[in-house]
Amino acid sequence: MERIEHFEYFIGPQHPGVTGNMSYHLWARGDEIVKIVSSVGYLHRGFEKLMEYRFWIQNVPMVPRICVPEPDVNEILYAMGVERLAGLEVPERAQYIRVLVLELARLSAYLFYFAGVAGALGLYTIPQWAIGDRDYILDLFEELTGGRVYHIFITPGGVRRDLPPGFKEKVRKVLKHLKDRLSDYDRLYFDNALFIKRTKGVAVMTKEYALEMGVTGPNLRATGFRYDVRRGDPYLVYPKLEFDIPVTGGGDNYSRVMQRRLEFEESIRIIEQVLDMMPEGPVITKLPNPFRWKIEKNDVYVRVESSKGEFGYYVVSDGSEKPRRIHVRGPSYTHGIQVAQEMAVGLRIADVPVFLFSMDVCPPDIER
Amino acid sequence: MGTGLKNLLNPLDAVKYLFKKPHTIRLPYEPKVIANRYRGIHVNDWDLCVGCGNCARICTCQAITMVPVEGIEPKPGSTNLRPKVDYGKCSFCGQCVDVCPTGSLKLSKNFNLISTNREDYVFIPSKEWDSGPGTGWESDLEYSILNFERVEMPERPPEERRKDFEPVILGFSREQAVVEGMRCLGCALCMDGCPTRMFIPQYIEAITDGDYEKSLKIFYVNNPLPEICGTVCTHRCEDACVYSRRGQPVQIRYLKGFGASRIDDRAKVLGTKVGTKKGRVAVIGAGPAGFTVSYYLRREGFDVTIFEALSVPGGMMKVGIPRYRLSQKILDREIGFITSLGVEIKYNTRIGRDIKLSQLLKEFDAVFLGVGFHRGIKMGIPGEDGEGVMQAVDFLRKVNLGEEVKIGKRILVVGGGDVAMDATRTPLRLGAEEVILSYRRREVDMPASEEEIKEAKEEGVVFMTQTLPIEVLRDANGKVTGVKYVRTRMEDQGPGRRPKPVPIMEETFIFEVDTVIEAIGQTPDYSLMEKEIREKLTFDKSGKRVVVDENGMTSVEGLFAGGDIVNYRGDIISAVADAVKAAKGIARYLAGK
Repeated sequence: MERIEHFEYFIGPQHPGVTGNMSYHLWARGDEIVKIVSSVGYLHRGFEKLMEYRFWIQNVPMVPRICVPEPDVNEILYAMGVERLAGLEVPERAQYIRVLVLELARLSAYLFYFAGVAGALGLYTIPQWAIGDRDYILDLFEELTGGRVYHIFITPGGVRRDLPPGFKEKVRKVLKHLKDRLSDYDRLYFDNALFIKRTKGVAVMTKEYALEMGVTGPNLRATGFRYDVRRGDPYLVYPKLEFDIPVTGGGDNYSRVMQRRLEFEESIRIIEQVLDMMPEGPVITKLPNPFRWKIEKNDVYVRVESSKGEFGYYVVSDGSEKPRRIHVRGPSYTHGIQVAQEMAVGLRIADVPVFLFSMDVCPPDIER
Repeated sequence: MGTGLKNLLNPLDAVKYLFKKPHTIRLPYEPKVIANRYRGIHVNDWDLCVGCGNCARICTCQAITMVPVEGIEPKPGSTNLRPKVDYGKCSFCGQCVDVCPTGSLKLSKNFNLISTNREDYVFIPSKEWDSGPGTGWESDLEYSILNFERVEMPERPPEERRKDFEPVILGFSREQAVVEGMRCLGCALCMDGCPTRMFIPQYIEAITDGDYEKSLKIFYVNNPLPEICGTVCTHRCEDACVYSRRGQPVQIRYLKGFGASRIDDRAKVLGTKVGTKKGRVAVIGAGPAGFTVSYYLRREGFDVTIFEALSVPGGMMKVGIPRYRLSQKILDREIGFITSLGVEIKYNTRIGRDIKLSQLLKEFDAVFLGVGFHRGIKMGIPGEDGEGVMQAVDFLRKVNLGEEVKIGKRILVVGGGDVAMDATRTPLRLGAEEVILSYRRREVDMPASEEEIKEAKEEGVVFMTQTLPIEVLRDANGKVTGVKYVRTRMEDQGPGRRPKPVPIMEETFIFEVDTVIEAIGQTPDYSLMEKEIREKLTFDKSGKRVVVDENGMTSVEGLFAGGDIVNYRGDIISAVADAVKAAKGIARYLAGK
């Protein structure tokens, strides 16, 4: 009789503990993973190529689709890339509004993240709460940008509209609600013995390994390395704002979740300052004719700190009305493919989805 | 933190929410309050929409196509096309709204488009889904991605320019022309406004690219007088420009003038080669129509002879338009190129006096008539024959030909058209102290172009609107001493019709002037042709203009016509359009002969 070496499992492609279509092929001996291979290709839409066939301004509605949970980083990156290539100045008020949008998006992405990890752990009350609270932020987005998920709001030169009347008060109300809820979340989730037991010491990533693999964002800070693009390569008005870069340092699933828990508070702090400091003035500079806007031959790499890590765009112009090449550097490629394939080995089967979600893998930005 | 008993009991705290009001609402059903900026289903106001197609061009998803809609009449500056949206493709980004020049398109707050029929998701948006005014994603000039403001044409200051006949406008610099030209969206609605349908988006693109040779070649496809038109055209194209709906149109005229002025030697770019076709054509009148027809016929190879009553070429361009609006340099350059192709001009030859029209019809294979309106209309009031009363066309002709004209110090000009404006501004340059313009309607009713009115005012012309002269007063020697006038009131004539001025006869006033220039209109002089030919010609209802067929031919065989005597618009570009049509018609006629 043939001896069975290991069982094979397939996670995905329907949302394998991550927000998008992607699958992992697992080989397990007993309950222990011996091999994991990622399988992508379910989401490839060819955005980078499509962008080469569109006028500069036409790509604005296209880019947010590259990342569903936090689309705004794509908008800001594309806008910043085009602005640097074309030498456009962004009015200060627009920069504050951009920070407001980005930090609100970070809050909503983190709530989504908390929901995902908790869901993978089987703690189903938390997703109900987090998704419900995220909806309050989506309401704000709807009010400000006209869209709930894809905002298509940040455009080269500024933002598409000014704040609607009474918007600041609404934001403050939501922030207060979120702050009040944090203690509830703490008791239900972050101080929950079940959560701690399941995540502490699981899938530990060392600082050296993270740096070697190119891990960025909260995942890197969770290993104890203090680095944030908002401070390391400042953009917009972040230098004018006061906020800390928290560092947890365990490198395990638990630290990765707690890292975001701490950053959640920092984002609220940033938004409060933005609301107070925002100057009056125009929100967009006059753009050239959208159909005839040519940008001289040049190339630029721009990056921002997304909720998942360093997000970057490499934008190349060749003097024509359309981009020559746009390359999207999403953090999930590193986190979801290279790191996941190595780090998931040795985990228990039930810990794999928790681990994948704790890395905040987003397949849409792996494949674009 | 830890896994002790406290941490185990912590989550039970959430039980308190059992007794609190839930965040979600189950019953009764409450519709969601939609944000005012929501980007839902399109709404399009068909009356405002001009069918320019910019929404379809900007659409990233290619969800919008332009389709003709029945019941909408296309007219200059507006087509019968309206956007049709495929909601299987639309991503509700709202860029179509931000790029809409008219502001007719918006996204409503409605998003519940539910149907089992796939055809229901593709339709031409109208006001059907409108969620009311001020709701949904609307076009806003402040945030528009279009630039509604033009680059102002540099001009000499009024105090300086009113002293001489040097051009008022200074012309665009290269940078200004590029900025202005870059505003063009390329929707080509302007072409419907242009009588000769010049290829406006194409030449603007060539000009902004700095390819002046290409732009010159595009001009000459259907207009051999681009720099003249680029200076003094009535720019119907700009009235048709989509920007004019909510802002300032692209200054197509001055861009053309800029492009044409860049190349001095036309022959070097366009060549002097002529075709091989045989035939002799006589052209009567060396004006815009005459030169245009000569250019295109000569290019085909026909022998063209122009008969001109005056001693100079140009017609009204030379003797009607003052030099401060159209310089001699531009005239020489454009006309010189046409004559350099081998067009013969016989000056001081008046048809009917020096040579008979019937003789020309016999001697030549075809005759083109482009004599224009050179006779002023009289007011028909007492005292009009007094010394010091003159016709604007005669006055301007004399000034432009350098002849001596006797004018006084205080001048009254009667009329409200472009000729009246020329007649007010020219005396200023000849040393008149005060010029008054009398017009029987309001300023908004003036047929003169806006910038002429503005410039005339800047130069100090006094506008007396809603005044009607009723008698010219003279002294014992017959010299003019003043004009008696009455005020008028405007009587509404119903929608779409010009209000009528009605004189208020009770009270009369007096302008104390010593010269009166009448500029209330012109009329043609058909005395040049014999009675037999005149009887055979078909005239329109007014009896002033000749009716021509689609080839530009009159009811007399072999006699073609164009310019003021054919079209009611009476400007250079319409004369060019008539002549382009007639040139093709003559070539066709001669081919069949």
